[in-house]
Amino acid sequence: MKTARLFGTAALGLALTAGAAAAQTLVYCSEASPEGFDPALYTSGTTFDASSHTVYNQLVEFETGTTNVVPGLAESWESNEDGTSYTFTLRPGVTFHSNDQFEPTRELNADDVIHTFERQDVEGWTGEYFNAMGMGDLIESIEKVDDMTVRFNLTRAEAPFVANLAMDFASIVSKEYYDAMEEAGTPEMVNQQPIGTGPFEFVDYQTDAVIRYEANEDYWVEGVPRVDNLVFAITPDASVRYQRLQAGECHVMPYPAPADVEAMQENPDINVLEQEGLNVGYLAYNTQMEPFDNPEVRRALNMAIDKEAIIDVVFQGSGQVAKNPIPPTMWSYNEAVEDDPYDPEAARQMLADAGVEDLSMRIWAMPVQRPYNPNARRMAELIQEDFSEIGVDVEIVSYEWGEYLDRSSALDRDGAVLLGWTGDNGDPDNFLAVLLGCDGVENSNRAQWCYQPFEDLIQEAKTGTQEERTPLYEEAQVIFKEQAPWATIAHSVVFMPVRPEVDGYVVHPLGGHIFDNVGIDE
Amino acid sequence: MLRYVLARLLTFIPTFIGVTIVSFGFIRVLPGDPIIVMAGERGLSEERYQEYVERFGFDQPLWKQFWDYLTGVLQGDLGQSFVTNRNVWDEFFTLFPATLELSLCAIIFSVLVGLPAGVIAAVYRGKFFDRALMSTALVGYSMPIFWWALLLIIVFSGNLGWTPVSGRIGLMYFFDDVTGFMLIDSLISGQEGAFWSAVQHLILPSIVLGTIPLAVIARQTRSAMLEVLSEDYIRTARAKGLRPARVNGLHALRNALIPVITVIGLSVGTLLAGAILTETIFSWPGIGKWMVDSIFRRDYPVVQGGLLLIALMVMIVNLTVDILYGLINPKIRKR
Repeated sequence: MKTARLFGTAALGLALTAGAAAAQTLVYCSEASPEGFDPALYTSGTTFDASSHTVYNQLVEFETGTTNVVPGLAESWESNEDGTSYTFTLRPGVTFHSNDQFEPTRELNADDVIHTFERQDVEGWTGEYFNAMGMGDLIESIEKVDDMTVRFNLTRAEAPFVANLAMDFASIVSKEYYDAMEEAGTPEMVNQQPIGTGPFEFVDYQTDAVIRYEANEDYWVEGVPRVDNLVFAITPDASVRYQRLQAGECHVMPYPAPADVEAMQENPDINVLEQEGLNVGYLAYNTQMEPFDNPEVRRALNMAIDKEAIIDVVFQGSGQVAKNPIPPTMWSYNEAVEDDPYDPEAARQMLADAGVEDLSMRIWAMPVQRPYNPNARRMAELIQEDFSEIGVDVEIVSYEWGEYLDRSSALDRDGAVLLGWTGDNGDPDNFLAVLLGCDGVENSNRAQWCYQPFEDLIQEAKTGTQEERTPLYEEAQVIFKEQAPWATIAHSVVFMPVRPEVDGYVVHPLGGHIFDNVGIDE
Repeated sequence: MLRYVLARLLTFIPTFIGVTIVSFGFIRVLPGDPIIVMAGERGLSEERYQEYVERFGFDQPLWKQFWDYLTGVLQGDLGQSFVTNRNVWDEFFTLFPATLELSLCAIIFSVLVGLPAGVIAAVYRGKFFDRALMSTALVGYSMPIFWWALLLIIVFSGNLGWTPVSGRIGLMYFFDDVTGFMLIDSLISGQEGAFWSAVQHLILPSIVLGTIPLAVIARQTRSAMLEVLSEDYIRTARAKGLRPARVNGLHALRNALIPVITVIGLSVGTLLAGAILTETIFSWPGIGKWMVDSIFRRDYPVVQGGLLLIALMVMIVNLTVDILYGLINPKIRKR
């Protein structure tokens, strides 16, 4: 296969540099190597870019640039009255890709959908996302109503279920391919040479160097994709990505170094697109330990933090102050909530009123960089200074990442933890229930905060339409602000530098890099 | 000579066992649970955690884990990566040719420049050439690799456009891996311009990676030359009226080479194991970055297996150097 495509690809590549009017190749300088190409097995965005966003489709998909769920391989769907069963009608005429070892004999049907989920709901499945999203417990059974209709029966009503199906682990794989590779004794091929229905067909991966795709000419969306070839040139260093972009070695690059963004914005050969990231960085108090069990104390501390200074110093402008636990791009974000004012004087008074004197505490600084917190150590130092202004003595601690995650979830952990979250499915439940619900205590709920009025709201919001759920989440955010289990610090701003000839690139709030509708203007 | 080689080969055995123990122990001594690192911010349930513990064999006593590892190693099975589920052996040999190719080019560059520089410095001892060359060598030795690499990229790739920024070959060239060495594979492919593209991509990383060995080789050559030049037989050669070039080039350099070869051998070993920064900056798909990523992910099989294989490579290089040594200096092999 490789040799057959050799001439074509070589010619296209030359066209890229020579600027001739031949087939078009879009080059994306990606930041790291994918772990594999079966998105259900992994959790990293890099892997999803290389698999679920290129090679695969899902039953429903996130409309690029929004968190709205739109039809994908399912043309339509409906739920029963009490929200415990969802029936999906599949899109007819969708074909799977082919490769050296495999030629599909049929179009997409219900068997592929059922296989996609059933393979993940078995003992010993090594993918983490299916379980992390609670899908194993949620799905009671999957029924094949007919060849083109599939019904999911759930163990309980759970409105975010449909959004979960738009996630990467829910990418629809070919049962036929899977069976063929099992039979051939090479099941690992499914992960190494992926076959999907997506806009791009996988061609080749040279480990840690280059991934090549070509356009799926039979793609079910008219006019998509707009380029003939897509190449991921793996370039781990951010400064080098920038150099490659300038030199025309690639068209699009992710994750610029914050220090480079200003120069990029002034560079006429580069357009810098930007959007708020679907994430939040926070400082979580342990609400089960004294004196942080008192909301007044937590609010007083929140008022002592100069968040604007953090945005300037730590994010170097690539962030915005957070007032709610969910990001502003998410539906149900409560615009009316007022952030705690930065007022050290009032904070000092509030602490005194609460009977807290000579407080000394720990602040935990993560050892890794994340979009929601590019430099936790620096952030901790700034907060340390702010707190010392109101007479609170801070010791900064840090651990190796695994230790950090482990120890910070302990119920008797002392002090406050810097951490954050990037949304999975664009649903508020994915932030509010996961990070602040009672089930998350001793796990992902680092504030160890279980507050019944809040819990009741997010439980009630697990069913119903978006219109019905919105007011519940809005109210939950008000309670959150009053109770202040966290200091909400920042949402990142995502910058995406592209070359001026790139047309149609949209920054996706869920963090993926999507090239379906991207073209190159000659 | 054969006996000498065999004797050296025998020392492989204890070294190999030592490396196996160290590589097994090293990653386990580091704090951080690979399962928790893998789950990240999302966390995982207690049952799920237990499932992983069993799958990875962490429920076994440590001696049993080591025994399983050792018997695996002896049968050529280094296990599978926790992260990619791919065979460690396969992963290593997919990436290693890239590292080897770059290391060899870097060492060739450093010898081609460092050796003459050292000789010239020794011959003109205390004069301008000597001082200029040796101060440059010191600068080269102390320069932060990261900074040096970016500087070269900005000047030669960015401003002048002479060399590509990073990667192993232009993206327009696409052919099967035959040997894994881009210079060879590009020739085999027969694609026009491919070989030249591969050469161009090697220039900057070779210079960057070769800078420190270059400085070391230049300094070592200089001091070895100085020592030899003060020997009686050199004075005799000069007294016989031989041309200075012949004295320096043939009589002196040949004898000065012995310690220099040791240094070159050691440098190759270091380069094979430690081209991490250069590989990262130049997007070079070698084993340096692969190892570092695995350490951060606590990917035990990859760290263990990778360390073992790298140690093996270094041992092979050292053996080769020792043999060369014996060839150049008959005194050594008779000892």
